[in-house]
Amino acid sequence: MSIKHSLLAILTLGDCHGYQLRTELISRTSDSYSINIGQIYATLERLERDGLVAASDANEDGQIRYSITESGRGEAAEWLTAPVEHSAAQRDELAMKLALAVTLPGVDVDAMLTSQRLASLQALQNLTTVKQQTDERNPAELAWILVIDSQIFAVEAQLRWLDHVGGLLNRAAARGLSTQTDIQPNPAKRGRPAKASQK
Amino acid sequence: MNQPLIELHNITKVYGSGDSTVNALNNVSISVAAGELVAIMGASGSGKSSLLAIAGGLDRPTSGTGQIAGVELFTRSSERIAKLRRQTIGYVFQDFNLIPALTVMQNVALPLELDGLPASKARAEALVALTTMGIETLVKRFPDEISGGQRQRVAIARSFVGPRRVILADEPTGALDSRTGEAVIRALRERIDGGAAGILVTHDAKNAAWADRILLLKDGEITSETKTVRRAEELLSND
Repeated sequence: MSIKHSLLAILTLGDCHGYQLRTELISRTSDSYSINIGQIYATLERLERDGLVAASDANEDGQIRYSITESGRGEAAEWLTAPVEHSAAQRDELAMKLALAVTLPGVDVDAMLTSQRLASLQALQNLTTVKQQTDERNPAELAWILVIDSQIFAVEAQLRWLDHVGGLLNRAAARGLSTQTDIQPNPAKRGRPAKASQK
Repeated sequence: MNQPLIELHNITKVYGSGDSTVNALNNVSISVAAGELVAIMGASGSGKSSLLAIAGGLDRPTSGTGQIAGVELFTRSSERIAKLRRQTIGYVFQDFNLIPALTVMQNVALPLELDGLPASKARAEALVALTTMGIETLVKRFPDEISGGQRQRVAIARSFVGPRRVILADEPTGALDSRTGEAVIRALRERIDGGAAGILVTHDAKNAAWADRILLLKDGEITSETKTVRRAEELLSND
């Protein structure tokens, strides 16, 4: 999550000092990220440098209040309306691990799928146990429920994908297809390839 | 340690005879204590519904023993098992199995009346169960006058009316949308937390996750199971 933009979004509601911003951020996102106060002040300094917030002089308690500028307001609005891009380049540890495993002779992929399925089911149970304590009629808990549900949906999707992988591999095996390969002999010469200009 | 309410030992169920036999269940053992909900997951044909039918005394295994609330399940006469089912075991089915010609109140009170309880007492008990499910205002309605989610809550109320402490649910949310399904599973979980023991058969991981343990059944055998879940406070304090 962009802390910079989250702080700007909260500042559109009114001026705040650093600690107050941290409290607001944590309560509004149900502490899904542990953010330390140092991170908040470092971010506020950068926002001030970029002209997105303005800092007051310190009061007698040494507190500095931050207010959002017009360009800060524009930046916050732009962030809130822009979709979060799904990055295809982002590596999925489990997908990479399984993709590699199916090419390795002697690896029991079925056993890997089963142990992953159990671990994911356990994660889903743990999330559900936490969710069981929530009450969606309580407005203070809505943000929290939203975060837990997001994780529940993600684990559920992973479990569906694991079933899909199991089916895919079973069908491949039934067709007599093997994905396992030994290391191919390296046809390239050793060292860096010669430059085209060198004859 | 509290005594398990559901105990099945080495249950094997073979269908057919001679060359064409099918092992629906192979040496399956399960034990469920009061306050515990166990989910059984597995593909179609894995044996989950057979197992539930045997746990509920609706079917007998080829071999194996079982006790429900300490009472032997398979050595009794059909009448004794029927009595055990009325008094101790509550079933919840995907298609609700409510009687269309009876009101919500009559549907829930019926098992108690069949057991010889006077109608007024049976209705008082039924009202308690319906109130627990938050549907006490529907008592005079007929099943076709209420929504799917409400019908399933009536079915759950019926499953634990009176002294019944064992709930067996077979895909109870299969006919419901996900929001209503969650409300039904939540209600089931609350009833279990109130001291009942339950087995939930489901293909849906999101529902199974409400259980304390999840058993995976494949080709009639339990292949693996998740650990018992930790309490929410413990999970949250780990952050």
